[in-house]
Amino acid sequence: MRYIDPHIHMVSRTTDDYQRMAQAGCVAVTEPAFWAGFDRSSAQGFFDYYRQLTEYEPKRAAQFGIRHFTWLCINPKEADDPGFAREVISIIPDFLERETVLGIGEIGLNKNTRNELIILEEQIALAEKYNQMVLVHTPHLEDKLKGTRLIMDAISASSIEPGRVLIDHVEEHTVGEVLDRGFWAGMTLYPDTKCTPERAADIIEMYGTERLWMNSAGDWGCSDPLAVPKARLEMARRGHSAETIDTVTFGNPQCFLSQCEKFRLED
Amino acid sequence: MSDPIFSCPQNREEVINTYFMEHRAKLIDLAAYLDRLDRARPVGDDADFRDTAFRDAIAILTDGQSQRARRILDLLSDHSTAMPQSADGMKGALGAPHRVSTEGGAA
Ligand SMILES: [Zn+2]
Repeated sequence: MRYIDPHIHMVSRTTDDYQRMAQAGCVAVTEPAFWAGFDRSSAQGFFDYYRQLTEYEPKRAAQFGIRHFTWLCINPKEADDPGFAREVISIIPDFLERETVLGIGEIGLNKNTRNELIILEEQIALAEKYNQMVLVHTPHLEDKLKGTRLIMDAISASSIEPGRVLIDHVEEHTVGEVLDRGFWAGMTLYPDTKCTPERAADIIEMYGTERLWMNSAGDWGCSDPLAVPKARLEMARRGHSAETIDTVTFGNPQCFLSQCEKFRLED
Repeated sequence: MSDPIFSCPQNREEVINTYFMEHRAKLIDLAAYLDRLDRARPVGDDADFRDTAFRDAIAILTDGQSQRARRILDLLSDHSTAMPQSADGMKGALGAPHRVSTEGGAA
């Protein structure tokens, strides 16, 4: 069996995690730029982070036969100061040509503020200008529903095709609208606060497999880099076919990501 | 969305065989949590907005309608339209919306 974890923050994980993921069948990961658990003090901090994502992580992953791709942006949590955010955004275009950069992400909202929305719109414009795909972070808990709608409205106001955008961290109250509006939807499997493997399987039973994927979003917090293979087991335990399981954990991410010609699983 | 009825590969007995014990434990956790609240001294006169939302959500479990997870998440969502300018000084998400209207401040 092989799978893709299309949203995981490997900079926060140990090399053992790459090894265990490879043993569990992981053939590729994509890593969106995000918040490191603390606010960086300068744009230079982001420059170094983008170098880590584009130069160091692909090599670390390759030791275990895993392809590593990335998405670049300033995350919504650090985008509340528009002046600072613009300084960071100005360094992104130079990195977009790099061979493992798939697009802009994970952009979105955190507390649904006007400042966050301004910077979201400017990063959507950046994706438009450079013809990039987009990976979207949606807010957590009580902020998710409102934030998801605001984000979809902002993208719909641009010329970016919804089929080139993945809206991540969907749950039962947002997945329907995301799919109805033509976007791709990602289910994030988290040990406690987000979607569990059981609920991910439930969502598949309610909404089907089209334009839906799952990921671990493993990061520096309590999270599980093996969440995707565990969800595969959960689906199998419940009697889903191997074909269905492969569709949501391999075929669908491959299909979405392959819209960027830089995404390749073979040489 | 597609008709959710019978889209689970397992029949009802199989679902119960697979998941009953785990959810029996979660059910008792829930009851014990409510009992714990009964034993805890109240703070102030007003109910905590999170506790109010929690009890409203419990009612959804037994109202006989489907789509319980979606409806509970919807109940626990912020449905306001106001947008604060900045997140400066705001708390992180608390899991249930503050029903008190705030002029774009921390909620
Ligand atoms: Zn993330």
